Amino acid sequence: MVQALYTKKVMEHFKKPHNQGVIKDATIVGESGNPLCGDVMKLYIKIDKKKIKGKETEYIKDIKFETLGCAAAIATSSMITDLVKGKPIDEADNVTKANIADSLGGLPPIKLHCSVLAVEALHKALKEYKTKK
Amino acid sequence: MKYIYLDHSATTPINKEVLKAMRPYLGENFGNPSSLHYFGQKARKGVEDAREKIANFLNCKNDEVFFTSGATESNNLAIFGLIKKIRKQNKDRKLHIITSVIEHPAVLEVFDQLKKEGIEVSYLPVTKNGLVLEDDLKKAIKSETLLVSIMYVNNEVGTIQPIAEIGKLLEEINKKRTPEEKIYFHTDAVQAANYCDCKVSYLGVDMLSFSGHKIYGPKGVGALYVKKGTPISAIVYGGHQEQSLRSGTENVAGIVGMAKAIEMIGKKDNLKIRKLRDEVAKKLLAKIPDAIYNGDREKRIPSNANFCFKNVEGESILLMLDMEGIAISTGSACSSGSLKPSHVLLAMGVPQEVSHGSVRITLGKENTKEEIQKLIKALPPIIKKLREMSPIK
Ligand SMILES: Cc1ncc(COP(=O)(O)O)c(C=O)c1O
Ligand code: FES
Repeated sequence: MVQALYTKKVMEHFKKPHNQGVIKDATIVGESGNPLCGDVMKLYIKIDKKKIKGKETEYIKDIKFETLGCAAAIATSSMITDLVKGKPIDEADNVTKANIADSLGGLPPIKLHCSVLAVEALHKALKEYKTKK
Repeated sequence: MKYIYLDHSATTPINKEVLKAMRPYLGENFGNPSSLHYFGQKARKGVEDAREKIANFLNCKNDEVFFTSGATESNNLAIFGLIKKIRKQNKDRKLHIITSVIEHPAVLEVFDQLKKEGIEVSYLPVTKNGLVLEDDLKKAIKSETLLVSIMYVNNEVGTIQPIAEIGKLLEEINKKRTPEEKIYFHTDAVQAANYCDCKVSYLGVDMLSFSGHKIYGPKGVGALYVKKGTPISAIVYGGHQEQSLRSGTENVAGIVGMAKAIEMIGKKDNLKIRKLRDEVAKKLLAKIPDAIYNGDREKRIPSNANFCFKNVEGESILLMLDMEGIAISTGSACSSGSLKPSHVLLAMGVPQEVSHGSVRITLGKENTKEEIQKLIKALPPIIKKLREMSPIK
């Protein structure tokens, strides 16, 4: 197998992940895992309302992650928090695994599933929030 | 930054003396050892002197040593070559072969392939310490058994398998069988060559594989010992080198280097390496909570330390240590491109979620106390940091 190396961007996020930690009074928590590689991810999300273009909009006020996993899993966790923080929840819901991988300058093929972990945790959390409402 | 290399089971740096011995064969002694002229004969002498040194090390005859491109090829040649020859002799014979679940892929995948081709295969289990038991082998042997292949030392957890004992057992069993029913015994001794007695008469093996680059020699060169009278067919065809068993112009410089490396294997290094390794194991286990030391404490080569750290992932540990200039490995070098947990640790009964947090530290001749201290200082905060990041506490 040709083993591609991680991009500089992945290593930057791995070295100094953004928004790592817990939000004690999170509105919702999303969790995902991959049984094959054993990696687990948790996203803590705080949702609030503000006026955006004159309209009351629900948005992600704060987001933090906890991840047990490989460098790609940690970097994608960090990247997804950057991508959705401050965004209206409908917009955040549209983030795809390709968005994350692209923002990181790509991932080795064998590590693409790590970005799935991050979007899964996000989508699960937002879905739960919407049905709970 | 000064980098620290603690991954000697993946490969070793070439020893200076080895490099010096090789140089002439990359320069003025460039001849093809099959040529009859002066240039050819110079190269031939290099190859044959090397064969003699290796035969001395193995305590076998010179013409029982066959040069290959490495242990992967040696293992393939030993196993496929034997099966091929036996099938040529009697294509209807029912065959059964035995190996262990903890072999290197260079043996395991050969067995898997033969299984697909319809040969019956038994995979011996190991104890929780990573050792094959003779009793399990005894139970697995059948009247159709043709081959047993068990590695001398495991590359992930460093456990030393009871090869000489198995050799004796098979010798006893073979006494009661006809020559046609003989069970052949192969061992992959790649990780053993530095530390264990590799005399083939002591081990009682018919075939033994090893590799240059794990013993401070060059990469891309290895050898296979084949005891006289062992049925074996070539698996590559060409210019009839190596008694027609392994065609292809010899890797002269590599062969010379490997022989020099073998000559330089030193018992005095072992004690020093063991001391450093024991220090690593003791200190890391004391400093890091929820750490497991994998493998047997006694029956293991002096260079290997293998740990599982709960609730962290091996690759993250490896990369964080690398950023501090310390090179180690998760499980084994070839599995780092794979997501699957180590087949060796799983076979030892380590739970899957724990096996993901495994790292292998393998020391070498040139490591110093200072280097080891750096590792002992660097690793605990890395584990702590990664655990803080984990949702599972
Ligand atoms: C036990 C064992 N067998 C075989 C090999 C393969 O050796 P080579 O790299 O020479 O093909 C290795 C090294 O990776 C090994 O550790
Ligand atoms: S290897 Fe599974 S999340 Fe990265």
